[in-house]
Amino acid sequence: MDFPRITDVGDTAFNVEFGDGVDRSVNAQVVGLCRALGAARPVGLVEVVPTFRSALIVYDPLATSRASLEAKVRDLVTGCADAPSAVGRTWRIPVCFDADLGPDLDAVRLAAGLDRDQAIALFTGARYFVYMLGFMPGFGYLGEVPKPLRLPRRATPRVKVPAGSVAIAGAMGAVYPWESPGGWHLLGRTPVAFFDPARQPPALLAAGDDVVFEPIDRARYEGLCRQPPTLTAEDR
Amino acid sequence: MSGSLVVLRSGLHTTIQDFGRFGYQELGVPVAGALDFVGLRLANALVGNRPGEAALEINALGPTLRVDADSVRVAVVGPARLAVTGPLGGDPRPLEVDRGHLLGRGDILAVGAVSGASAAYLAVAGGFALTPVMGSLSTYARAGIGPLGGRPLAEGTVLPLTDAHGGEELTLSAPMDYGSGPVRVVPGPQRDAFTDAALATFLSAEYRVTNEADRMGLRLDGPPLAHRAGPDIVSDGVVTGCVQVPGDGKPIILLADHQTTGGYAKIATVISADLPRVGRAVPGTPLRFQAVTVAEAEAARWALEARIDGLVAGLRRVAPTAGLDLAALYACNLVSGMADPAEE
Repeated sequence: MDFPRITDVGDTAFNVEFGDGVDRSVNAQVVGLCRALGAARPVGLVEVVPTFRSALIVYDPLATSRASLEAKVRDLVTGCADAPSAVGRTWRIPVCFDADLGPDLDAVRLAAGLDRDQAIALFTGARYFVYMLGFMPGFGYLGEVPKPLRLPRRATPRVKVPAGSVAIAGAMGAVYPWESPGGWHLLGRTPVAFFDPARQPPALLAAGDDVVFEPIDRARYEGLCRQPPTLTAEDR
Repeated sequence: MSGSLVVLRSGLHTTIQDFGRFGYQELGVPVAGALDFVGLRLANALVGNRPGEAALEINALGPTLRVDADSVRVAVVGPARLAVTGPLGGDPRPLEVDRGHLLGRGDILAVGAVSGASAAYLAVAGGFALTPVMGSLSTYARAGIGPLGGRPLAEGTVLPLTDAHGGEELTLSAPMDYGSGPVRVVPGPQRDAFTDAALATFLSAEYRVTNEADRMGLRLDGPPLAHRAGPDIVSDGVVTGCVQVPGDGKPIILLADHQTTGGYAKIATVISADLPRVGRAVPGTPLRFQAVTVAEAEAARWALEARIDGLVAGLRRVAPTAGLDLAALYACNLVSGMADPAEE
């Protein structure tokens, strides 16, 4: 199949697909197109939703037409073929891995044949790329989880995953910004707020950012819970 | 002088909604907004508001509201039962929907059952004096995003009003005709994930809205749709109206509160002109689907706009409701007696 290709999403949106898998270079083109559209702001564009391999272009059919906007987007797509991927920020996220905060860490490390310290070192030794946000406000899909730690989703999802839970499923990691149902494996918890409607922007992460997790002990975790840290990102 | 509406009884599920919260889907924030943007626009037109002013979206059973203001003009559009009780009590008096009513201090407006559609809209002249959250007054209750803490109305909720009282007392000349033919869809974005037979079935069979119907979506019952190679795709963006098909082959139409991205293949997308009708659908509603092109969908949307504009242009002036005329007079200090509005 030839990429990029455009697919129909009714009369209020269309997709620009750059590939059909989860791939850093494909995602870089998605993020590149979103930034180019953000700068160009063609008439009638409502917003752009970047995902793993495609950008959803949302438009107002009363302010433009598909034909008109698609022509403008095609021009910009050509410029995204070799978009640089290193344009995001790096977030250092403190995580406490105590058993009550990360109830699945033991199951994950047993499946990997590791002890707790080895599993935590493996998880926190990786640098994670924010492919996209979705599922719920502020929820970033972080890749890739080191291979030994990869497990399919839990057979039975939890009814309640606490906010701040640091979790993995397959090759993806995430932090739950809200308490919600969830089927991912919970490794630990962070006191950092990943979504705050009063903040601008409200989500901590953006597609294209990097995340590094740093282990903290219980005392530090509880201190940070009482006084939530204001994180600043490092430019890469 | 501005005042408020105070919620005495919450009803089942009433939220503040406008046209939706756009611009934050890249952060995973759903659009939300009115299920039926036509109903929202007509309710606003009846009280002299701009089309996208935030109003109450009432699902299933409405709230009971007390007027804590000298006066306020309200209009309800949609199949709801309305009754008002004056400040001195007495029997509730039924009020018509699809027209404006001037309520006075102490009046109690009870919105009863909404039947035959999922939503009715209650607009107040001037809108509610609330601060937008991320650029919108829409409520996404699942994550508590929106005004009033992002929550549905509850007993004791105070809805602050503005100073505006609207102009004349207006009524719709005719109710909106939402149509009854097949719901029009544009095939895709994952039309290729389905067999040709599945698409043919989707475009010919009758489906029925199940009880699993809420602001997030409508789960349909009918002939299952076969995927070529399973229902899972690499998650991508979705819009209101996307028809996703999970592993059981039963289509789900995504509505206002849909998540921003989804991992199930989508066979088609309901066109924007038919979203109000689909958004109003209640359990048991039969639906058929018809494929159109994007260009046909765009033309259909312009045709819908022309019909809405026609309805708004055709609003008629009416005489104030008798009892509520008194409320207006109270507000102007022209009447000081203890007349019971119910006796007028």
